[in-house]
Amino acid sequence: MSQLLILAVEESENPLVPPIPELVIGLIAFVIVFGFLAKKLLPNINKVLEERREAIEGGIEKAEAAQTEAQSVLEQYKAQLAEARHEAARLRQEAQEQGATLIAEMRAEGQRQREEIVAAGHAQIEADRKAAASALRQDVGKLATELAGKLVGESLEDHARQSRVIDRFLEDLEEKAEAAR
Amino acid sequence: MSADPTQVLAFETDCHIFDGCGFPAPGLHSFLFEPLVGDGTSNVYFDKTMLLALLGSVIIIGFFWAAFRKPAVVPGKLQMVAEAGYDFVRRGIVYETIGKKEGEKYVPLVVSLFFFVWMMNLWSIIPVAQFPVTAIISYPAGLAAIVYVLWVSLTFKRHGFVGAFKNFTGYDKSLGPVLPLAMFIEFFSNLLVRPFTHAVRLFANMFAGHTLLLLFTIASWYLLNGIGIAYAGVSFIMVIIMTAFELFIQALQAYVFVLLTCTFIQGALAEHH
Repeated sequence: MSQLLILAVEESENPLVPPIPELVIGLIAFVIVFGFLAKKLLPNINKVLEERREAIEGGIEKAEAAQTEAQSVLEQYKAQLAEARHEAARLRQEAQEQGATLIAEMRAEGQRQREEIVAAGHAQIEADRKAAASALRQDVGKLATELAGKLVGESLEDHARQSRVIDRFLEDLEEKAEAAR
Repeated sequence: MSADPTQVLAFETDCHIFDGCGFPAPGLHSFLFEPLVGDGTSNVYFDKTMLLALLGSVIIIGFFWAAFRKPAVVPGKLQMVAEAGYDFVRRGIVYETIGKKEGEKYVPLVVSLFFFVWMMNLWSIIPVAQFPVTAIISYPAGLAAIVYVLWVSLTFKRHGFVGAFKNFTGYDKSLGPVLPLAMFIEFFSNLLVRPFTHAVRLFANMFAGHTLLLLFTIASWYLLNGIGIAYAGVSFIMVIIMTAFELFIQALQAYVFVLLTCTFIQGALAEHH
């Protein structure tokens, strides 16, 4: 090893005493690094980091907006669906009600017609009965006249006899009717 | 511990155990370099550590230049790595200690300090260089001086003369009669010891680490004879282990250095010491 190194060792026996040239170079080296980083490179990256943060936040905002829109559309759709269901139910209800009234009306109409027919039948029967009764009364009158003619000459005081005559007459009639049948 | 400058590096000789030559132990002489340019007797010279310091600066600037010159919003691989390092220092150290609002201003300084110190430490295990620049007290001392000037001036600026004095001496009325003694100790500890330990902590760690690496490396070579070969193997394994350990210590010491820097700045900005 050279004499220079021997001298250097003797000079700086204490490793805690800083040699000045190294101190200067060290500071220069650090200042260079600091200068580049502080003036140019770190501001560069800070700008980009900020941009990235904004981009990410913008993306998140967009996603949130899309989500809210989707949500509102879904709600609209659900509301429409519910309305449609409600409408359908209402229509069905109405149809049922209408059907029920129709049936009721028709039933009432049928009832009414039936009653009319029945009433007409009854009236007819009554009329026939009346006609028959009047015809019978005429016949009875005629027969009574006939019977009165036959009774002339017999005592009117004798009720028993008179009754007998009438009974006989009616029996005759019945016999005639029997014979006619 | 006296250095013997007549000793030559173990690798420069063919000296092994049992060959009749002593163990060329590493010492203070391992931290001295013949100037590459200039005269070692004067103060105008250029040696290996200076070369490494400047080269280290170039590497740091080169790395960040490549990563951050034209940064993209969607980062490439290099930018991602550089961003991770930047973000670690910014968020993990500065914001954590000083706070986001006050700390933002000091981010460039702390980032530069961290990567500068780390790079200087890293030289220790980079082949060919293999010397931690920070194991020369001048480099940590210079950096510690910058930090010292910064936090002392910040304290004066923030608190005025009386306030700064109270800040430095830890003025606290509740101490009562012990107050003068406490103030004296605090003043001594803050203004004189603190910058010293700040620099020496880094220096001594790298100094010791380098010495250990040297010890095992030289031993591996020195023991390479006869039965010594087995021990040389053990020693070499130790070299590898210590290299890995140094890798960890280098990053840790850089971290500690800037963490302390931030703590000092925070102390200067704080309302009450």
